Amino acid sequence: MPIAQIMLFGFAITNEINNVDIAILDHSKDTTTEEIINKISASKYFTINQMIASEADIEPAFKKGKIKAVLNFEKDFSRNLIRDRKATIQIITDATAPNTANSVTNYINAILQNYQQSKNEGVQIDYQIISQIRMIYNPELKSVFMFVPGVMTIILMLVSAMMTSISITREKELGTMEILLVSPLKPSQVIIGKVVPYIFLSIINAAVIVLLSIFIFKMPVQGSLFLLGAESVLFIITSLALGILISTIAETQQAAMMISLMGLMLPVILLSGFIFPISSMPVPLQLISHIIPAKWFIIIIKGIMLKGVGMAYIWKETLILIGMTIFFIGLSVKKYKIRLE
Amino acid sequence: MSITLNHISKSYKKLKAVQDISFNVEPGELFGLIGPDGAGKTTIFRIITTLLIPDAGTASVAGFDVIKDYQAIRNTVGYMPGRFSLYQDLTVEENLTFFATIFGTTIAENYDLIEDIYVQIEPFKDRRAGKLSGGMKQKLALCCALIHKPKVLFLDEPTSGVDPVSRKEFWEMLKRLQQKGITILVSTPYMDEAALCDRIALIQDGKILEIDAPEAIVNKFPKKIYNVGADNMYKLIRTLQGYEHLYSVFPFGEFVHYTDKRDSFEAADLKSYLKNAGLTDISIEATQPNIEDAFMELAK
Repeated sequence: MPIAQIMLFGFAITNEINNVDIAILDHSKDTTTEEIINKISASKYFTINQMIASEADIEPAFKKGKIKAVLNFEKDFSRNLIRDRKATIQIITDATAPNTANSVTNYINAILQNYQQSKNEGVQIDYQIISQIRMIYNPELKSVFMFVPGVMTIILMLVSAMMTSISITREKELGTMEILLVSPLKPSQVIIGKVVPYIFLSIINAAVIVLLSIFIFKMPVQGSLFLLGAESVLFIITSLALGILISTIAETQQAAMMISLMGLMLPVILLSGFIFPISSMPVPLQLISHIIPAKWFIIIIKGIMLKGVGMAYIWKETLILIGMTIFFIGLSVKKYKIRLE
Repeated sequence: MSITLNHISKSYKKLKAVQDISFNVEPGELFGLIGPDGAGKTTIFRIITTLLIPDAGTASVAGFDVIKDYQAIRNTVGYMPGRFSLYQDLTVEENLTFFATIFGTTIAENYDLIEDIYVQIEPFKDRRAGKLSGGMKQKLALCCALIHKPKVLFLDEPTSGVDPVSRKEFWEMLKRLQQKGITILVSTPYMDEAALCDRIALIQDGKILEIDAPEAIVNKFPKKIYNVGADNMYKLIRTLQGYEHLYSVFPFGEFVHYTDKRDSFEAADLKSYLKNAGLTDISIEATQPNIEDAFMELAK
């Protein structure tokens, strides 16, 4: 366990960026822009994910959620640079994760500076590459935009998974499970009885968090509130299913709590992309992050709240969550003990 | 046959909890499993209440197989585990209503069955179950186990941790339930309660020592028993253990139960032996053997 923790913290908790996917919108397509693009793609920090043809395609590219930044070269970049000694490049970043957005712009600027210096050797009048920075979705870089989705995920996960698993293992500990087993009640009835109160509790929780973030933190909900609600309910059910699964494994409340905290809380905070960008993690951790339901839920709610996307952009994440839920429920039904051992 | 066990064995890892146990309980019988802690009584209960699967052997309750027809058994029996297993934070009445509901019945429907018991705890019906005294907890648990009018009632050590008066009342209640046609299987570590059963099985270390009516078991006792008393109990036992004709000696209340190797026992001889050892206030008189003596003899 300590080994796993130190590895996790060492690799996951880093604000460095690595292999961030960006897109290029090149209006000039000349030698200078090509040189810059090559320089950027040669660095380990960025991967050029796609070339965009026009301004209109920027927004959809961001909504798909893969790219974190778009570099927009103005028209006649080389000519401007030679004639006017300055040319402009626009850096548009996805500020739903403000820290990452900041790092991305800084790294790109550093690369541009570097290129500019190499150009200026032995030249009388300096060339100047001017970068304009645009943060979209969160122009003020409010960190609350990042925290609200993350905190909402953690709270829903905790209330649903931990409370369910504890309340079921409590029955085992107090011996009431023994009587419930020797009764006409079916396992599904016991579980539904245990889960229903937490569904309501979690829905109220989710609603309170959303209302607080709208009215106190002035966080916009760009997309449909209904979709946000539906996706939250889906995630609540996923977490409940996880809680039931934990309760079939754990024998005591203590064990259920430990499994919930270590097995759910840590990965949710570290590997869900809530605080630390997943793209910068080593490949094994990136792979692990795929099996964490919270990762997909954070993508979904960030999409709905900040980018205003609809189902068309998040159907894949939604399907993954539904799949995970079915898997967890199926596994718990299989593992649920109809006897004492 | 209401309850049948055929060559049942069950082990937990290396520990053999019960080994090759067979017995039958007739419908309407009050059958007792008598044995010390760790004898395997709870394991037997868990096997016939379908909570554990035996390693070997077959068992059936009310004609249903404990493995195949476990759901049918769960619908027909009442089970009161050894540990208090009701909802501590629900009140007396809420617990009863809850168990009535999960068995698909109501308190009113079977009230006549639990009335005798329930009237005793009714004054506390708004109290939380966790705050009841030991005896009242057991009465409530019995009510909850009876609320669906079970054909067979399983009571695992129902009188452990209960005061002597409540224990006596509890057994009187069991007798009344038996008269209503319910088959009862009860376990207890208290030998004095054994005499109240129709038949008993003496169990030790997962094996059955003897199955019979309590009187029959006592009558089979091969020796004459003497109550021996003296001023110093500890010294008396130590001295008796050094006596050449001793067969067995066990403390029993204010006396020790003594049996002799010889067919013709001479009290005067023993008395002088004890006197020589420095004991005073010596009394020796013949007494009737009881279940405890029988158990000790069989467990030898």
